[in-house]
Amino acid sequence: MIWLVALMVFIMLLAAVSMLLVESQVSAVALSAAVSLALSILFVILQAPDVAMTEAVVGSGLSAIILALTLNRIHRFKQTTTAETENDA
Amino acid sequence: MRNLTALLFSGGLAFLLMVIAWQFTLGDAPMLIGAAILDNAVKEVGAANLVTSVVLGYRGIDTLGEIAILFTAATATSMVLGSFAMTDEASETEQREDGSILGSSVRLFFPLLLTLGLYIIVHGHLTPGGGFQGGVILAGAFFLPLLAIPGRSINHGGIALVEGFSGAAFILIGLTALFSGQAFLQPLFEHGVIGHLFSAGSLPLLYIAVGLKVGAELSGLLANLAGISSHAAEAEK
Repeated sequence: MIWLVALMVFIMLLAAVSMLLVESQVSAVALSAAVSLALSILFVILQAPDVAMTEAVVGSGLSAIILALTLNRIHRFKQTTTAETENDA
Repeated sequence: MRNLTALLFSGGLAFLLMVIAWQFTLGDAPMLIGAAILDNAVKEVGAANLVTSVVLGYRGIDTLGEIAILFTAATATSMVLGSFAMTDEASETEQREDGSILGSSVRLFFPLLLTLGLYIIVHGHLTPGGGFQGGVILAGAFFLPLLAIPGRSINHGGIALVEGFSGAAFILIGLTALFSGQAFLQPLFEHGVIGHLFSAGSLPLLYIAVGLKVGAELSGLLANLAGISSHAAEAEK
């Protein structure tokens, strides 16, 4: 069990750190959803299925959709990097 | 500076998870309320899911506050975003061709998601989950066709109606308890047999109200964020 926890923590840290490093904002949104998904598995391990369900549905589903729609609203929903977008503008 | 903040945040998160993983004891809380609820919840409320008996039975007013917060946030977002029309460029990309794979899979998933969401809401007092989780799944089910099938619009009037009625139902159930001589939102009716669908008094009714309200609110919010409204559909016609 401790190895599963360590794996989930590793995935979360990896996703969280790469969220800062990736160029594309859409990828950052997807990585934030991945953090929530790993966190929801941690909640299952901690025997909190209600919280795990909320985390999976709200954290990795709803908030990712809202962030993606917001990117779409401000015309940043592209696979291009921020640097390229600034060059275009 | 931004990187430093993120590093601190990630480090703190890692520390917290390590605390959980190695089960350090940070202080010794007496946990009197928790123990009391664990001992008494089953015979006082009659819900198989203890979390539900806390959320709706012991802490009903907190849940009412939570719904109010959600309502305020959704209303504010709709007020801010509803007044902005999508620019031409964006609405052109929205009118892209209907991908048949996307469309068919959404038509396949819509009833499944609907069933799952309603199941989680109705079984909130028996199994993990409840009105909030099921409501978000319902909102996702109603939002998927909007994303995948162009020209599909959402009926904001109907959503407002469902939202208003379910919110009023939650408060009315609470007031019924108040006027029958009990505390506000105290569970009504007989407990029934623990583990049966019709058990735990009025808790399932409360969770159905919460689920419908959350689902209606969030699907309206998502439709607003995506710039899909009944106005846009009418203008096209």
